[in-house]
Amino acid sequence: MKSFGSFCRDCLKLVFRGGRSYWIWNGGLLFMAIAGLGGYTHQLIEGLAVTHMSDQVNWGLYISNFIFMGGVSAASLVLVVAAFLYRQPEAAQSVTLGLGIAIAAAVMCGLFITVDLGRPDRLWHIVPFLGELSFPYSMLAWDAVVLNTYIPFTLGLAIYILFLKYNNREPATRGALFVLGNAAILFAISMLTVEAFLLSGHVARPLWNTAVLVPRFVVAAFAASSAIIILVLRLLDRFTERKEKSAEIGILVGVLKVAVLINLFLIAVEFFTHFYHPTDHSASAIYLYFGLDGRTMLVPWTWTSLAFGVIAVIILFNPRLRGRRAWLNLACVLTVMEIWIEKSMGLLIPGFIPTPLGEIFEYLPSPIEILVSLGVLAIGMLIFTLIAKIAIHIELGHTRYSAPDSN
Amino acid sequence: MPVQNDAPGLDQSGKTHNHWTRRSLLKKGGLWGLFSLLFGGASAVAATAVTEDSGILSDAIGAFFQNHYNRMTKDEVQEALARIERRAKRTYDVDIEVSNDPPQPGVVYGYALNISKCKGYRKCVDGCIEENNQGRDPQIAYIRVLELDAGSLELNRSDHYYDSETVPQPGKIYLPIQCMQCDNPPCVKACPVDATWKEPDGIVVTDYDWCIGSRACMTACPYSARQFNWTEPKIPAGELNPHTHLLGNRPREKGVVEKCTYCIQRARKNRQPACVEACPTGARIFGNLLDPKSEIRYILENKNVFRLKEDLGCEPKFWYYTD
Repeated sequence: MKSFGSFCRDCLKLVFRGGRSYWIWNGGLLFMAIAGLGGYTHQLIEGLAVTHMSDQVNWGLYISNFIFMGGVSAASLVLVVAAFLYRQPEAAQSVTLGLGIAIAAAVMCGLFITVDLGRPDRLWHIVPFLGELSFPYSMLAWDAVVLNTYIPFTLGLAIYILFLKYNNREPATRGALFVLGNAAILFAISMLTVEAFLLSGHVARPLWNTAVLVPRFVVAAFAASSAIIILVLRLLDRFTERKEKSAEIGILVGVLKVAVLINLFLIAVEFFTHFYHPTDHSASAIYLYFGLDGRTMLVPWTWTSLAFGVIAVIILFNPRLRGRRAWLNLACVLTVMEIWIEKSMGLLIPGFIPTPLGEIFEYLPSPIEILVSLGVLAIGMLIFTLIAKIAIHIELGHTRYSAPDSN
Repeated sequence: MPVQNDAPGLDQSGKTHNHWTRRSLLKKGGLWGLFSLLFGGASAVAATAVTEDSGILSDAIGAFFQNHYNRMTKDEVQEALARIERRAKRTYDVDIEVSNDPPQPGVVYGYALNISKCKGYRKCVDGCIEENNQGRDPQIAYIRVLELDAGSLELNRSDHYYDSETVPQPGKIYLPIQCMQCDNPPCVKACPVDATWKEPDGIVVTDYDWCIGSRACMTACPYSARQFNWTEPKIPAGELNPHTHLLGNRPREKGVVEKCTYCIQRARKNRQPACVEACPTGARIFGNLLDPKSEIRYILENKNVFRLKEDLGCEPKFWYYTD
C-alpha cells in the first residue's frame, strides 16, 4: 500500500519531534541507558565476578528481572487484546499502548537474559539451525525461541492496528485481527508458562519444583501488569493529551483486585504445605520467611512484600478507597513492588539457599548489577515512550493519512 | 566417532550425542558452512598470514567460528586442538598437548567411595586441582568434602569449610562430593545450546568452546557439582598440567561452566583419576562398570552401597559404601 511509506515517515517525524519535556525525559532515559552500558562494559571486561552471584547463588537480579518482565509483557498483551476482542470498545483505545508495554517488557526480557550470559560473544550458538539449540529438553531454549518469535509478532500486531487507524479505519474485532489477536494471547500464555517451567522443572530446587508455580506466575503477572498499565495510563493522562477513560481503568481494576487476592491465596497455600510438616525440602521456605541458622537477609523483604499485598487487597476491595485516585495509585504501586520482590527475593534467590549440598550463602545484588538493570529498564522505557508517542498521536487523530502534518 | 555401547542395567535413553547420521550432519554442516562462508571468509584470509600478531587474530577468529564439538570434522578438531595449544603457549609460555582420545567401546565408568576410610584429609581436592588446571584465584574445586556429625547424612547440617588443626575429628564423618556423572543428567537437559552431554563411556562432558555461560546446568545440578569461571582463571605457569584433553582439563576461559570429568584425559588412557591416586587411605575405587571382573563391580555386588539423593532419579554413577 502506498500509504505505508507515508505512515513510516510520519512515525519517524513523531519520534523526532516533541516539546521540551519530551526531550528532557528521553535524554534522561538515554543517559541512564548509557550509564548501564558503561556498567555492562565493566562486567564484560572483568567477568561476572563484578556481580554478587556465586557458584552457590548462580542466578540473581538479572534473571529475577527477566522473569518479572516476561510476566509483565505476556499479561499486558493478554489484558489489552482480550479487552479489545471481547469487551467494550472503549478498551480498544488502550490496545496499542498495552502492546507497547508488552513489546518494551519483552525487549527488556531479552536484554536481561543477555547481560546474564558469561559468553555473550557466543550468542549465535542459540540461533536455531545456525547454532545448536537444545530442543525440546531445555526450557531456556524454549524461552529463547518463544521470546524471539513473540517480539516481532507483537510489534507486527501493534503496527497493523496503528496503520489501520492511520488510514481512518477502525480495527474490526473480526477477521484477521480476531485470529491474530487470539494467536497472540496463546503465545503470551505459552511464554508465561515456559518461564515458570524454567524454574519448576528443577528437581534440585524443591522450592520451585511444584506445579503451583505456574498458576502463581500467571496470576502474579496479571496483577503486576494491570497495575503497571493503570499507572502508565494515569501518567499519560497527566503529561500528554491523552485522557484516561473510566471504562478502561474499570476493566483493569477488575482484573487487578482479583489477581492480587488469588496471588496471596496461592502463597498461603504453599506456606501451609511447607510448614504443616516441614521436611528438608522446606529449608528454602524456612530461610525465606524466618531465616535459617541465623541468616535472615531475605526475611525483611518477604514480609514487606506480603504486607504490600495485604494493603493492596484492602484498598482494592473497598469501593470507597479504590474510587479515589490517590488510593488506587497507591494500591498499584504497592502491587508492582510486591510482585517484583516476590519474583526476585521471594522466589528466585531463595531457590538457591541453601544449596543442594546444604550450604547457606546469601546474596544481594552488587552496584554493577543494579546499574546494568537500571540501564535495561531505561532502554525499555525509551522504547515504550516512542511507541506511546506514535500511538497517542494516531489515536487522537492528530496524525492520519489524509492530514500527515497536522502535528 | 562415538561408539554406542549396550550397558546392561544402565539407562542409555538419556541424551547421548550420537546424532552422526549422514543426514543430520549434512543438514547442520550445510547451514553452518553457509554461515562461515558468509562471515568467516576473513578467517581464511587471516590464517594464511604467518606472523605472530596475525596468528593471534586468526586464532581469535577461528575460535569465534569454532563449531560444536559433535559437529566438527576431524580436521576442524585438529585445528581446535592446535589453537588451544598455541593459546596456552602465549598465555603461560608452556607447551601443552591437547588430546581428543575417543571413548573406548565396552566401557562405562563408575566410582565408589568408602566413607569409613575417608578421614577428611582433602588430598583428593588438591590432587584434582593440580591435575585439572582449575583457576587458583578464585579457587575452583571439583571436589567438596563435607564434615558431618556421625550418625546422620543430613546435608543441611554439613560443614563445607571445616578448619580444625587435625582430621579426623572425633564424632565426625567425612563425605566427599563431586560430579557423579549421572546416567540421567538434569544438567544436560537444562543447557540451552547442547554444550554439555553424556559421552558413550558415561562421562558428562562440556564443550568449553561452545558454552554460553547461562549457568542453567548449575541451577539444575542436585549435587552442586558445576563451577563457573566468574573471571579469567589464573594459574601459575609452573603449575599448569600440560597433559590435557579437549573435553577435560585443557585451560578454560572466563565465562564458562566447568566440571569434573573423572579425569577424562587419564581415564581414556586407562589411568586412574587424580583423586584416586591422591587419596592416602584408599577410600576411592574407579573402574569399568561393564567389566564383571573389575574392582568396582566387586564392590557394587558385595558391599552395602548407596547413592546420594537417589530419589531424584538422576541415576548417579557414584556409589558410597562402608566397611
